[in-house]
Parts: sequence; structure tokens; C-alpha cells
Amino acid sequence: MPAKDYLRQRFFPQIWCPGCGHGIIMGNMIRAIDQLGLEKNEVVVVSGIGCSSRMPGYVDFHSLHTLHGRALAFAMGVKMGRPELTVIVPMGDGDAAAIGGNHLIHAARRNIDLTAIIMNNSIYGMTGGQFSPMTPFGDKGTTAPSGTIDHAFDIVELAKGAGASFVARTTTYHVKEMIKIIARAIKHKGFSMVEVMSQCPTYYGRKNKLGSAVDMMNSYKDGTTSIGSKKKAEHPELIERGVFLEEERPEYSASYSALVKKSQG
Amino acid sequence: MTSEAVLTGEHFINGDEACAEGALAVGCRFFGGYPITPATEVAETMARRLPAVGGIFIQMEDEIASIAAVLGAAWGGAKAMTSTSGPGFSLMMENIGLGLVTETPCVIVNVQRGGPSTGLPTLCSQGDMMQARWGSHGHYEIIAISPSSPQEMFNFTIRAFNLAETFRMPVLVMADEVVGHTLERVTIPPAEEIVVVNRKKPTGSPETYLPYKTDSSFIPVLPDAGDGYKIHVTGLTHDERGYPGMDAKTQETMMTRLIQKVRKNRDQILDYEDYFLDGAEIVIVTYGSSVRPALRAMRGLREDGINVGLLKLNTVWPFAEDLIRKLAKKVEAFVVPEVNFGQISLEVERCSSGQALTHLISHAGGGIHTPQQVVEGVKETLRMLGSKRTKK
Repeated sequence: MPAKDYLRQRFFPQIWCPGCGHGIIMGNMIRAIDQLGLEKNEVVVVSGIGCSSRMPGYVDFHSLHTLHGRALAFAMGVKMGRPELTVIVPMGDGDAAAIGGNHLIHAARRNIDLTAIIMNNSIYGMTGGQFSPMTPFGDKGTTAPSGTIDHAFDIVELAKGAGASFVARTTTYHVKEMIKIIARAIKHKGFSMVEVMSQCPTYYGRKNKLGSAVDMMNSYKDGTTSIGSKKKAEHPELIERGVFLEEERPEYSASYSALVKKSQG
Repeated sequence: MTSEAVLTGEHFINGDEACAEGALAVGCRFFGGYPITPATEVAETMARRLPAVGGIFIQMEDEIASIAAVLGAAWGGAKAMTSTSGPGFSLMMENIGLGLVTETPCVIVNVQRGGPSTGLPTLCSQGDMMQARWGSHGHYEIIAISPSSPQEMFNFTIRAFNLAETFRMPVLVMADEVVGHTLERVTIPPAEEIVVVNRKKPTGSPETYLPYKTDSSFIPVLPDAGDGYKIHVTGLTHDERGYPGMDAKTQETMMTRLIQKVRKNRDQILDYEDYFLDGAEIVIVTYGSSVRPALRAMRGLREDGINVGLLKLNTVWPFAEDLIRKLAKKVEAFVVPEVNFGQISLEVERCSSGQALTHLISHAGGGIHTPQQVVEGVKETLRMLGSKRTKK
């Protein structure tokens, strides 16, 4: 089915700025779902608040647009109540790592079968460009006019440390890789976290003089490399992309079903 | 562990446990919670009982996550509940607003303890009654019911679920530590005698279905996730299609319906018990753990020839406005014992509009009124009425 058949064009025009990377992620999430052959009615997309979190409105699945930072807690209830449904949680970097940081680590720790897609544009876009916990040290935002003195989370390391059983990173430049990774993440039984580096030319780009959307996407091409590549050895400053972790571990809703069986003797 | 959801028979249990049994009896199969005194026994009972009846218990990372998971489970079709006390209730406020605006049926139990802040974790208060009414941002109507005994913890939790399913909204059970921790006989009736209401589901074509278009009841008929309707649920102001609409007109339409949903159905929601109201000079208005000392005081006063009646508010929100207005024309005074410094008494005063005196018997918390304190409060009111008459 073509990607457009998964869109609720009645909700358009969408709110994203020209050049925003979030539409690329939405398109690729749709392509991944299509490749997996999931029925629309089997998919629930749950989001919080922010630019990223408007995505569920535009896709023709069951969609829940909840509170800033709380999407994973909400999704936990959906998944536990209806384990047969595929639950995908698109989040922003502020949404996932600041206000929702606690829910992120606990969802990862439980290894509940949710797919968190963290659309990392290194900024709070919807409120106009404040620095987030994933804004690189020294970069500017409207609340860090001289550059932030906060250190950024490496969300890949955070998710691994917290107990996620699938952890990956990709960028809006690497679209084919992104589709494959998202499809693998959805298929994975357990908590999967995919960080997608996504350009915000309007706020983050402009504030930090990073050029156009194309310039920013090119910086993903030049500034990243596949995990364990030779390039990484030569240029340790490059950010690695790919699947960092994919392990089979007891999944929360399955463990719960086993508990129910045991209790019912 | 028993796999029976309804434990028909006589039990010696506390109010928190009775609350959990009521929830199980009416079909609650999802509980998300976080440990907090004095509500923990609700969660502990659910953790013990739910798996055996095929239900889900999750201990979440905090109260925000607990209520969020409850809302999520409710959207998956479950009858879902959480229980907490003051600090946790404060954390839940934003999500209560989300539950109201997304019209999500669920039950939130607040076993009130002394506040503000950490306050008196192990002791009683009724300090959160106005927070229950207005604690989340924006204007809204809410349903809150107030049990006064372990038996009512069982009965009223059932009613809370039925109200939530009928009106599609979060319903608050405003209990308190004394009610939650009182250990006494609770009678659980046979399953077939328990009234169980289940939410209505849409039946029409998903293509032409308008989720928030309602009839004169103002109550929408909404699907669960996975029902094939693929609706968009949002905390943003939305129109009858469920689409966000950022304008004054959409806000007015949505807000008016949400407010009317409770106001126009008030008669169905309100529940109270009255004692000797006919010809009463003074009426004690009471709810929760204040009911028992108030009833005892009323009986003693009546034996002494004082013409006092009692109104027991089972539903606290929406407030029994019309009833108080009507009574205010007939009685001399209302006496309101509350374990706070005046919350429900403010409503009584508002509705009596100066036509009858309202006298608050306050209590800072840590316990409840003795019957004698209520007696003294009524006698004080009589003195106030006397001096008012003399002045006239």
C-alpha cells in the first residue's frame, strides 16, 4: 500500500516547518509498518506533546495524543491491557529525555514490548527553540543565549543502561537504513528505542548557524558512521549509527501472562 | 488465591480492602499504582487478587505514570483504577484533566491524609475536597463520591465505576484514612445482585462515525483501541470528529458539552441520605468519616429535644445545589463538621445565599470529630441563632 494511504490527509496541512525532519520519520515509520504487513487496526500510536508528538494525528492508526512526557506511561497501559496490539511511541528529545525521562528508563527496565522512536532535533521546537537535555554542550537555544552549560544525554547509552533490549540510532539522511531499523524495532519483542537524528532548521539550525535543512542533513551524512566502522577508528568524533543492541530477554507483558496462568493454577 | 472476582459473604476487612473488592466485583481488571500511606492496602489487595481473576496489576514508577497507565488501559477497553493519597493525588492532577477532556472512564481513589505536603501520612483529613473539584487546570465538572464506612468503600467503588462507564469520565472516590483503615464487617452480595454498567460501544460504519457527536445526554459513544474505528484521541480542544481545532468556536462547543454532560445529568449522579429533615431547625451536612460522629450527635441532640436533622452527602461533586437552596428556605442553620478549615461548608454557604446560617465545625486533621464536638457545634449555632433573633 502506498504511504499516502496511511495518512489522514484530512488533518493536513500539518504543523511542521519547511525542512523539518519529522515528516521523513513519519514516512519511514509508515513504510516500516507496511513492510511488516501490519493491519491499521492492529497499530496504536501514542505520543506526548511537542512537534514530534503531532505525528499520531496524521497517521491512520488508532492514535492517542496525551501529555508532555507521559506517552510511555500511557502506552504501558494500552499494551498491558491489549498485548496483541502493536504500540509505537514517537517522542521528542525534550519529551522523552527531560519531562519523560523517568518513564523512559522504567519502560526500558521492564522491557515492555513498545517501540519508542525518539525524534531528536536537539531543541524544544514547539515552544520556539529552547535547549533540551539532548542539545550538545555549548550549543545555543533561546534559554541558552551564550550556549548551554548542560551536558547532553547520549540516549543510546541511557537506554542500554536502563535495560532496553533493542537500541539503535539513525538519521533522517539515512532513509533506507531508518526503514530497516524501525521495522526491526517494531518486530523486536521487548522495549526498543530508536533515536533518529532529525533536523530543525527553523530553531536549532538557525540559532546555531547550521545552514539549511539540506546542510543539516549533509552534516548527518558527514558526521556519522556505521557502528564499528574503520572510519570511526580514524575519526573517533563521528557519531555511530546502526543497531547497538538486540537481545532476547523476558518481555513484561509475556511475563505477566505467565504470572496470570500460574495464579489461576 | 481465589479466582472468584466476587467474594460473596461476610468479611472482616478494612475500607481499603473493601474498596479493592468493590472494584473487582464490578469488573475492574486493571490497576496501576504507586505505594503511598494510607492507600497502600488498596494496591496490595489488587496485587494479590488481580492476576488470579485474569486482571492486570502494575506498580508504576510514580503516580503520574500510574494514572497515565490507567487512562491508556481504559482506552484499550479495560475498567481501570488507581488509588493514592494527598501527594500522589497532587501529581495526578494534569492527567485527571486529560481523562476529562478525552472522556476516559476510570476510577481514582484518594484515601485522604493530613496535609499540606507530606503532612500526616498515617492520619486522617478531608483536606483535598476542593482539590478534587478544582485541582486540575482549566474549568471542568467532575464527579466525586465520599464513602463513610468500609461497607460504603465497597458499595461506592462499584457506583464510581458505574458512573465512570455511564458518563465516560474519571470518577473520584474521596475516602479518608479513618474510612480506609477502619476494620469491620463488610457484606459482599451475590454477583447477580451487583449492578454492573459497561460503556456503550459504537455500532455504525467507521467511515461516517463522528466520535464526539452526542444526543441529548451529552455523552459520546467511543470505541476502544483495536475496534476498527481508528479515532484520534487528543488532549487538545477538538471538534465532534475528534480533530484538533484551535479556535474559540471549537472550544465553546466542546467545553459546553463537557460541562452540560455533568450539569444536565446531575439528578442521575447525585446521591444522598437524609434524616429528620422535615421541620428541622438545624441540619448537619456531612460526608465521609464525619458522618458517624455527626449521626451520633444528631441522635443525642434529638433526645434532648433539639430539632436537628442530617444530610449525608454520598455524592460530593457535583454539589447538591438545588437541595441546599430548597432547604435553606426552610431551616434556620446548616452545621458542617469537616476535617479541614472549611471546604464543603463554603458550598453550603454559597447555596444558602444568606437565607440560613452556615456554621463550620473545623478540625485540623489527625483524627475526626467526636460526637461531643458536633453537639457543641450545634449548640453554638443555636446560641448564634438566639442572639440573631434578639438583635432583630
